[in-house]
Amino acid sequence: MAKKGVPLSEMATSDTHGEDSAYFAGWKAYDEDPYDAASNPSGVIQMGLAENQVSFDLLEDYLEQHPQEFGWGCGTSSFRENALFQDYHGLKSFRRAVALFMEQIRGGRTQFDPEQIVLTAGATAANELLSFILADPGDGLLIPTPYYPGFDRDLRWRTGVNIVPVHCNSSNGFRITLRALEDACAGAETMKVRVKALLLTNPSNPLGTAITRPVLEEILDFVARKDIHLISDEIYSGSVFSSDEFVSMAEVVEARGHEERDRVHIVYSLSKDLGLPGYRAGTIYSYNNEVVTTARRMSSFTLVSSQTQKMLASMLSDKEFTENYLRTNRERLKKRYEFVVEGLSNAGIRCLQGNAGLFCWMNLGELLEEPTVEGELSLWNLILHEAKLNISPGSSCHCLEAGWFRVCFANMSQQTLEVALMRMKDFTEKMKAKQMISSM
Amino acid sequence: MRVIVPLQAVVQGRGGIVLGSLIPCALFYFLQLYIRRDRPSSSASSLPELAPIPRSLSRSLLSPRGSSGPARLSSRGASVARDDDNPYYVGLKRCAEDPYHQSSNPHGFIELGLAENWLSLDMIRDWLISNVKEPLLLDEEGELSIHGLATYQPYDGLMDLKMAVAEFIGQVMQGSVSFHPSQIVLTAGASPAVEILSFCLADPGNAFLVPSPYYPGWDRDIKWRTGIELIPVPCRSTDNFSISIAALELAYNQAKKRGVKVCAVLVSNPSNPVGNLIDRETLYDLLDFVMEKNIHLISDEVFAGSTYGNDRFVSVAEVLDSENFDRRRVHIIYGLSKDLCVPGFRVGVIYSYNENVLAAASKLARFSSISTPTQCLLISILSNTKFITEYLKVNKERLCDMHALFVDGLKQLGIKCASSSGGFYCWADMSMFIQSYNEKGELKLWDKLLNEAKINVTPGSSCHCIEPGWFRCCFTTLTKQDIPIPTPFSRTIRSRPPL
Repeated sequence: MAKKGVPLSEMATSDTHGEDSAYFAGWKAYDEDPYDAASNPSGVIQMGLAENQVSFDLLEDYLEQHPQEFGWGCGTSSFRENALFQDYHGLKSFRRAVALFMEQIRGGRTQFDPEQIVLTAGATAANELLSFILADPGDGLLIPTPYYPGFDRDLRWRTGVNIVPVHCNSSNGFRITLRALEDACAGAETMKVRVKALLLTNPSNPLGTAITRPVLEEILDFVARKDIHLISDEIYSGSVFSSDEFVSMAEVVEARGHEERDRVHIVYSLSKDLGLPGYRAGTIYSYNNEVVTTARRMSSFTLVSSQTQKMLASMLSDKEFTENYLRTNRERLKKRYEFVVEGLSNAGIRCLQGNAGLFCWMNLGELLEEPTVEGELSLWNLILHEAKLNISPGSSCHCLEAGWFRVCFANMSQQTLEVALMRMKDFTEKMKAKQMISSM
Repeated sequence: MRVIVPLQAVVQGRGGIVLGSLIPCALFYFLQLYIRRDRPSSSASSLPELAPIPRSLSRSLLSPRGSSGPARLSSRGASVARDDDNPYYVGLKRCAEDPYHQSSNPHGFIELGLAENWLSLDMIRDWLISNVKEPLLLDEEGELSIHGLATYQPYDGLMDLKMAVAEFIGQVMQGSVSFHPSQIVLTAGASPAVEILSFCLADPGNAFLVPSPYYPGWDRDIKWRTGIELIPVPCRSTDNFSISIAALELAYNQAKKRGVKVCAVLVSNPSNPVGNLIDRETLYDLLDFVMEKNIHLISDEVFAGSTYGNDRFVSVAEVLDSENFDRRRVHIIYGLSKDLCVPGFRVGVIYSYNENVLAAASKLARFSSISTPTQCLLISILSNTKFITEYLKVNKERLCDMHALFVDGLKQLGIKCASSSGGFYCWADMSMFIQSYNEKGELKLWDKLLNEAKINVTPGSSCHCIEPGWFRCCFTTLTKQDIPIPTPFSRTIRSRPPL
């Protein structure tokens, strides 16, 4: 952005907002030409947005039975308290409800204390807050690749913090290894970047896999050895297809009798599991009281609407509803996933074996003209403009191996998904045919 | 709500309290006895204490690597983790922990330090009861659909809300200027609005010139994460704390000498904490000043709809409309917490004429977005312009009445207030009651007011006022019964002049 007229700050004019990348360019293309079955059947289908719409009907049913809560969320007698409530501690009933919900997701295997919960307007804000609190400008955050493209912006932009990638690859299913962690640290040291924390996304975005217990244990040992913090972003914890396949960092910490807990902070939100990103309800759960106090104060910049807190407190405290929701949601996501993987397989496309999330991680390496970032982006561009599908290229996620793409499947109807898979099949057939011809 | 006076306790040296008269009388009795008492001051123990710095933190300052202590915070985080000893926050905390309630907590603290308006919530509540019966989830076909509420929406606010807010601000300014929705970025409160704007206008180490006294919250909202310096530019009681361009000029040059780059002038209008309005002439002068220095002007107008008195509020937007100033350097901060009395809903506004600022701010708004259902609710309320017109009118009348009563009540105790036409507070001169005419003396009085009279007011030093003895007293959380009707006793006391 050129500086013209009255001077602006570096931050306002820099590119650190990261929105010039392919990840966001695809969204723009979708915004300009969005698919609609009836009115725009040749429009772009959005598969680059990890949003969960598969269980809206459950929420709508709940609302029909409890209309008061989604109206203006407050009975007449308490309107005043609600309208005035801007305490950064957050509504106690809401914090309790969130703690309960998080425990339910983990099958009751952990306990969460509402007093350790800090509320923020979304997980985006939660992650940024932790960056501000745990690291100084110029410090480093270790993040295993591939990772959510938004991190480049959310964690670095205003904080001045650096991301130090921990490279994982397909040889072991992109599992995080000790070697990769050590290498990343060594790299940081050479660049004179002080590493302050490791940020894990579990289940992983974009891989769609839950991290196994042995790896989590190894990671906790590693951060303890390096005396750094550990942020465990568990926003997809309720979207693991089968609940016993998810191990939370909280479980590992509790199993160790809470040793090392002062360095562990969990990020959660209702945007993915509950499909309510518009509500802006995120949280930091920390075992470290200093972090809780500081995060609370800083959350003044990102408070959750009191009306929303009240509304959600009721809903999340309804155990019957939440149990049914979590179970049904998992089943539907699993079904979708299997449907997508099968559809892609019919098109000759392999996916990483996943067990969680709103997306799958597929490999189009065979279709690349050259196994490079350029090759990948060129293919991505073709898929966007010819197949009219917006998917996310692995390079946006800092994947070192070219040809991997993240495909979201939960933000559309079954019919639209079928259309998308059909388009994908047609496209790959065309590409393979082209390749055959050019190799003749 | 009745108010308690620790009269007997002060006289008899005990901790008991008696039902007495009402707030300014409470103040008066207390101040009289405070001045005359010759017991040794016990205030040292009740002054706010700095929390001890935890050992692990101090160790990190000495040896940044490899200790066996628990994981440390960044220096940014650590400075925030330390307890805030600023009286502004100490008082608020104390009151929040032990708030006065007529029946359930008659010995609690009375809060006069929080600028919240409770006078007109009943009107909003009543409107909601009669108008918002159905859930807000009916889509265009009248079908129940959560889609519009639940899914990701633009981070800087729904266009419908921007339109409704633009309309609302126009009504607040009484139609003197129209606001364009496309120049609005919505945020979860005015605090993130001013922080995001600051991130856009200045780099770490740069500075804003801020006429003082100013709102204590800015020290946190602006300086904290941005690294921007706030340079207070003192205003004087002799001209009712009006902004002086000469003082701005001086401060600008002093900053320059220090090698500090000034990026903007930040003003509040109506002023917080004084409550006066910036007149048209001064607005022109400010615009000339920022043009000449090639810097920005930020006008925080959150109290624009909460005016009373004879002076008409003039927004900087109105002046821009009528003259040929360079608009790209002007930005307005607004919000619904004050004028619509809904701070819990978190709605702040950045209004800018600078498209680059808008572009950057709308991206930064992702960290502070307003919850969609709340946005929908507010669209509903704000779209009913007839209700809003009535609401704004009645709210102003109530503010006017309370202000007059409160100021008069203070006057009867010999406490004069600065002339003010807006806001939820008055700026009271209690300098004649402080023992040593300096910040320490002022804080001593503040402390006694808080811990003995159990009244929280905001001391001028928290607002960077250079003249000791001024206090901001909010009156919008009171009811009329709290404002005193003179009793025979108080008349007797009043006849004796204050020391």
